[in-house]
Amino acid sequence: MAGKPKLHYTNGRGKMESIRWLLAAAGVEFEEEFIETKEDLEKLRNDGSLLFQQVPMVEMDGMKMVQTRAILSYIAAKYNLYGKDLKERAWIDMYVEGTTDLMGMIMHLPFQPADVKEKNLALIIERATTRYFPVYEKALKDHGHDYLVGNKLSWADIHLLEAILMAEECKPDILSAFPLLQAFKGRTSNIPTIKKFLQPGSQRKPPTDEKSIAVVRKIFNI
Amino acid sequence: MSGKPRLTYCNGRGRMESVRWLLAAAGVEFEENFLETEEQYKKLIKDGVLMFQQVPLVEIDGMKMVQTRAILSYIAGKYNLYGKDLKERALIDMYVEGITDLMKMILMFPFSPPEAKEKNLDSIKERATNRYFPVFEKVLKQHGQDFLVGNKFSWADVQLIEAILAVEDNIPAVLSGFPQLQAFKIRMSNMPTIKKFLQPGSPRKPPPDERYVETVLKIFKI
Repeated sequence: MAGKPKLHYTNGRGKMESIRWLLAAAGVEFEEEFIETKEDLEKLRNDGSLLFQQVPMVEMDGMKMVQTRAILSYIAAKYNLYGKDLKERAWIDMYVEGTTDLMGMIMHLPFQPADVKEKNLALIIERATTRYFPVYEKALKDHGHDYLVGNKLSWADIHLLEAILMAEECKPDILSAFPLLQAFKGRTSNIPTIKKFLQPGSQRKPPTDEKSIAVVRKIFNI
Repeated sequence: MSGKPRLTYCNGRGRMESVRWLLAAAGVEFEENFLETEEQYKKLIKDGVLMFQQVPLVEIDGMKMVQTRAILSYIAGKYNLYGKDLKERALIDMYVEGITDLMKMILMFPFSPPEAKEKNLDSIKERATNRYFPVFEKVLKQHGQDFLVGNKFSWADVQLIEAILAVEDNIPAVLSGFPQLQAFKIRMSNMPTIKKFLQPGSPRKPPPDERYVETVLKIFKI
């Protein structure tokens, strides 16, 4: 048995991308099995592999894990990316929930009807620059450390970098008012495991395009 | 200062109710600060106490915690309701995340436009009886223990009893095909801390009504 985690999802970012990021940042190699048709999804469901009939699903350590947050929490804790105690974990959780909300908005954008897309893009940019990024900019400013929590790389940092890059895809100069986040982005992107993940040929998925939207709509009936 | 956790939210269930349940189940007394006007909410934002300008807010152990999941994870960890190791925590997280998805449908239901109410109620019933309740019925049947994970009372049990009662508020006979869950409901309801919480005069909030919906729409301008 390979022992590597095995990821079940469509061949695209979606909810699985944060998991790919975290495993890669932790230096953990993983395999992927892509759901390409409705039949692929039905087979997983009929096998009883999906606890709530949904993906992401990650086979790891003898478990068939589902629910993105549960999977991410497990990986973070296993690879020492979850702080040193309960309070650091609380801070990491709070920060991650914020970036999750922001990335959730960006994730849904391609699936929205054309007439609301522009409005929602404007909302994403507004939220990013007035609700979310100021929090992380301030956190870094207040303690002057390289990382968000406990002066050590954690899940919160990896998640924030992912969110920054996604937001920049919406508006390339979105970090213009956030000097510390710009420095954070530079620093964190250069961490060897993350640098490797950001290079072509890695398992990082490209931004969602028309073709993958069509596939997702067909497989999940949305 | 009393040292008790202090909860800031509207005087109703919403997202704070799971926090009230968990604290109560853990036997922890808490205070509540009810938001009644838009001005109060705006003042909280202006004072900088809401990390992402949102409630729930729980002041606990010197932290101003936001983001429901972060708050609940912290409480579960602090009061030993989070399993004995990483794998038990993973199971608890998976179960809680699934139940949270169901609870979210119930959370949003009172805010449905009148023409969508019946359809949304049908969706809740369908998901509860076809996707979520069967999972927990099977878990309880397979291990034959009183609690969902590790033969010990955990956050997952609290979240499940809360969800069962919340669904029953809308669909009274929903447990009719689930004998294990019926027994679970009785067992949990009789645990001393939960029994106390289920009695009149406790901090438990009533099901959302028209007035609650109006208050929320008014305060948050949605």
